[in-house]
Amino acid sequence: MGRISSWDWEVGRKKVVDSLSPLQDHEWQEEPYVSPDGETLAAIVKVGDGEFSVRTNDEVWESTFEKLWFLRYSPDGRLTALCQQDMEWSLAIDGEPWGDFAEYVWETKFTRDGSSIAAMTKIDNKYSVALNGTPWETVYENANQYALSPDGKRTAAVVQVISLGQADVEGYKKGVFSVAVDGEPWDGRYVNLFTPTFSPDGARVAAQARLTSYDYTIAVDDRPWQKTFQQVWEPVFHPKGAGVAAPVRSGGKWGVALDGQFIWNPRYVQCLGLQYSASGEKLWGVVATGFGKFTVACDNVPWDATFPIVTDLVLSPDGSRAAALTSEYNRNFRIVVDGRVWPGTSDMAWPVVFSPDGANAAAVTEKGGRFHVLVNGKAYEQSFDRAFSPVFSEDGSKVLIRAIENNSCVRIVADVARF
Amino acid sequence: MIEIYTFVSGPLAWIAWSVFVFGSIYRLVSMYNLAKAKDGSSLAYMSLPYSLRSIFHWLVPFGTLGWKSDPLMTIATFAFHICFFLVAIFLGAHVVFWDTAFGISWWSLSDTTGDIISFVVIGACVVFAVRRLALPHVRNVTRAKDWFALLLVAMPFVTGVLAYHQIGPSLLMTILHILSGELLIALIPFTRLSHALFAVFTRSYMGSEFGGVRRVRDW
Amino acid sequence: MSQIADRLIDDPGLAAGVASLTPERIEEVVTRVLKGEAGAKLKAYQETCMRCGLCAQACHYYVSHDSDPSYSPVSKTTETIYELINKKGRVEPSRIYEMAQIAYTECNLCKRCAHYCPIGIDTGYAMSMMRRICYQLDVVPQYIRDTSHSHAATMNQMWVKDDEWIDSLQWQEDEARDEFPNLRIPLDKEGAEIYYSVIGPEPKFRTQLIYQAAAIMHVAGVDFTMPSTPGWDNSDMSMFVGDFENMGRLKRSHFESAQKLRVKKIVMGECGHAFRSIYDMGNRWLGYADMPVPVVHAVEFFWELLTEGRIKIPKKLEGPVTIQDPCNIIRGRGLMDKLREVTSMLCEETVEMVPNREHNYCCCAGGGVINCGPPFKNVRMTGNKAKADQLAATGVHTIVCPCHNCHGGLDDIIGYYELGMHPRFLGDIIYEIMEKPEGM
Repeated sequence: MGRISSWDWEVGRKKVVDSLSPLQDHEWQEEPYVSPDGETLAAIVKVGDGEFSVRTNDEVWESTFEKLWFLRYSPDGRLTALCQQDMEWSLAIDGEPWGDFAEYVWETKFTRDGSSIAAMTKIDNKYSVALNGTPWETVYENANQYALSPDGKRTAAVVQVISLGQADVEGYKKGVFSVAVDGEPWDGRYVNLFTPTFSPDGARVAAQARLTSYDYTIAVDDRPWQKTFQQVWEPVFHPKGAGVAAPVRSGGKWGVALDGQFIWNPRYVQCLGLQYSASGEKLWGVVATGFGKFTVACDNVPWDATFPIVTDLVLSPDGSRAAALTSEYNRNFRIVVDGRVWPGTSDMAWPVVFSPDGANAAAVTEKGGRFHVLVNGKAYEQSFDRAFSPVFSEDGSKVLIRAIENNSCVRIVADVARF
Repeated sequence: MIEIYTFVSGPLAWIAWSVFVFGSIYRLVSMYNLAKAKDGSSLAYMSLPYSLRSIFHWLVPFGTLGWKSDPLMTIATFAFHICFFLVAIFLGAHVVFWDTAFGISWWSLSDTTGDIISFVVIGACVVFAVRRLALPHVRNVTRAKDWFALLLVAMPFVTGVLAYHQIGPSLLMTILHILSGELLIALIPFTRLSHALFAVFTRSYMGSEFGGVRRVRDW
Repeated sequence: MSQIADRLIDDPGLAAGVASLTPERIEEVVTRVLKGEAGAKLKAYQETCMRCGLCAQACHYYVSHDSDPSYSPVSKTTETIYELINKKGRVEPSRIYEMAQIAYTECNLCKRCAHYCPIGIDTGYAMSMMRRICYQLDVVPQYIRDTSHSHAATMNQMWVKDDEWIDSLQWQEDEARDEFPNLRIPLDKEGAEIYYSVIGPEPKFRTQLIYQAAAIMHVAGVDFTMPSTPGWDNSDMSMFVGDFENMGRLKRSHFESAQKLRVKKIVMGECGHAFRSIYDMGNRWLGYADMPVPVVHAVEFFWELLTEGRIKIPKKLEGPVTIQDPCNIIRGRGLMDKLREVTSMLCEETVEMVPNREHNYCCCAGGGVINCGPPFKNVRMTGNKAKADQLAATGVHTIVCPCHNCHGGLDDIIGYYELGMHPRFLGDIIYEIMEKPEGM
């Protein structure tokens, strides 16, 4: 029994908040966020001159801050916001600042289960990552693109380890960047490093590496692949430890390399967003089979239908099914699951969510300002002023709809069979 | 001499035309294949309406900034191209030739008109040559290839006029005229004159980019 | 007539690059780029260009240098990329220096010559390919190379660190709240109608532009957001350097940051080259035929706000103005009518420069030339006497100038030729004269 099973899954609807109008004495109330279980609606509110707090349903945090922003729920239901007090910053969790205040704190990240929270931190003009409130011991003149390991125990970021004078082009080309894992830098110096990524067990780190101005490859634990390419995108670890895969560009075309060797020959105009199935048997990605012709490919086999744009590739938990959003010029969004297009188009769409058994898929769309919740392509009977991504029950038989209608926040549990 | 005439006006003509036809096909096909392989992000924007829009505007003398900027060049260019085709296709002697070779016949220019038009072509070539010599911005970029192309197109007209007016040995001039014409035809696909094959596509592409992507006129 | 060899300028980037070149390496790189990246377009251009010289008068460098033929577009292509094609890359390293200086600093890639070429040769493209070769040869002017490095390291062109960006926005929000107590610059607001994007210099040097944009958004009641993460900078010097790989990375980051926020469209500030990067070059490198998220230039956005009456102008700006048509949004995207309509809604009188609209002259800062830095400033000054004459002939003081590069370029020209004029952004004018309801 997981966290989700402990939620209220009784079919029906309830009003979580009757009125979303700002509470008395609140000068303004910012955009709302709904907790994963749909039981709480939160928003940053201005409670006085230069004083901000957070409203949760009809309550307000006791603490107030000079500034609050980036209000986000952790997957485990904790409510976080970046907060400023006495000109210093921290992350407030359910109203309480974590750790010491810093010169700046930003870019909150959570593990999937919410057990760990991390954020970038600047102290005395030096940069590091703070994990659950504790910054690295080693700090850098710059750090960015940080990652949090899936188990929530480690963090890594691209760090600048050698200072550069103004317009020091030659110095830059010699390599001034490294990846720091839990603050400890790799020995290697790189022209650039991008998007460090942890292995599923958190033991290894891979990153896109620019070895010279012209040679890109993937570095795994500071060891670059033997082969270099014209460009690379985000690497992914095989879930069972059978290597690291990444989209790579060669001869002006994109393919996929595993540990430096092509497993998808370069034939695509674009290839990105690789994801392995849970067993590692299948490898999925977004590809363009021609100029302006995007689709999803599994094991180098593209879906038949192509679209001007494909985004938000999502796999079912076991990775046997896939869904993506398609659009043209950011309009006419369609949801495509397993290569088949759901009926209808929308003005905007949110990523598909699969039920734990992978049998059902749901998504939120917006058309003409009305939000719709779709399960397996069919819309829920009612549309909303706003809807947040739906959540399936653990057995997949029910779906939780979190929405705003008529200035109130509602929580609806519906039978999947009703769709 | 007459054997040479028979050869140049017979088998050699067929060879020249074959080289032109097959050479042109080869150049166009290989260029298209190259475009498909390497210029996909350009081909995708080709648009017939915008291509035609662009071609139409550039077919109007003084209809574009370029044509307005150098009136003499504009007049010479239009006169050259129009007269070139008129003479090549409708000159009386050529019409007889088309009839003999292909069994097709059509209206022909009077000899006098043909003569005048030929002089217009030669005059235009003189303008081109003088520009290459006298204008610094043209001289600066003129290379042997450019003179060669000019020579190629001028020669058939010069020899044709000489032959028509019976200046010099008549048969020799006629042979030289046919030879230079054949040389011109055969070399069109392989010299600067290949713009005869490609200009419609470069113009169309520019028209398509400016019309479809950039949303402005390209003239 | 002068020659490029007579006007070489010392630049550490060009010098260091050329110093490490060998003829063999040049040949190898040129062959690789010509075979691997160039295609039918370049081949057809090189072959069918009749060297007629009609394009000469199109170019402000040529016009400004008393018709010096070495500045004509056809001369610049003949001396660079066409020569490399003809010689199959067999040239001396010193020649690459000359070619690089021509390609990076004596052509703004403004494409004005497109209006002059009967055959339809795209000189801007040919020069871009020349820059691509120079980049692959590591022969790039120092300052623009540094800017491109910044793009790779930070995804913005000014080495702005992630927190500095957010801090600049929050600072401007604070400042603006003195004037508009309820003003917000909403960060990462998912589902907002508009994603507002700027270029690196705005948080670095021109923060008042962020203030003004926020004020306009606030008064007009626009549902907008700005991203707190990289991708916010739409500018792209990697494109002009010839580092197309990083251009692709930058544009991906820009578009994906907007897609992630589920906005309907991106509105960008008053920048020209960034616009080129999203509708023309960056999107294509990524394989997108059209922009994945529509990007609306400030000119068009202001036009919408003004025509819909969301911004009210009680009294127009006094005195005559003239209009600078930025190449990348006018010749590049046809915004000349909207620019004039916006100007007439804001200003009492417009005195046009001649030529204008899509036939305008470039400011000579564009195409990355101003980003090549101080060593090449004089190239821009002597290279655009044409613009100085154009400006002076209008006899006005204020220039409506909806482009960052044009601003920099015109400011320099105005100073150099002592014109006593002043370029202004549309947002700056709107902010000054718009109706600002009390207590908003």
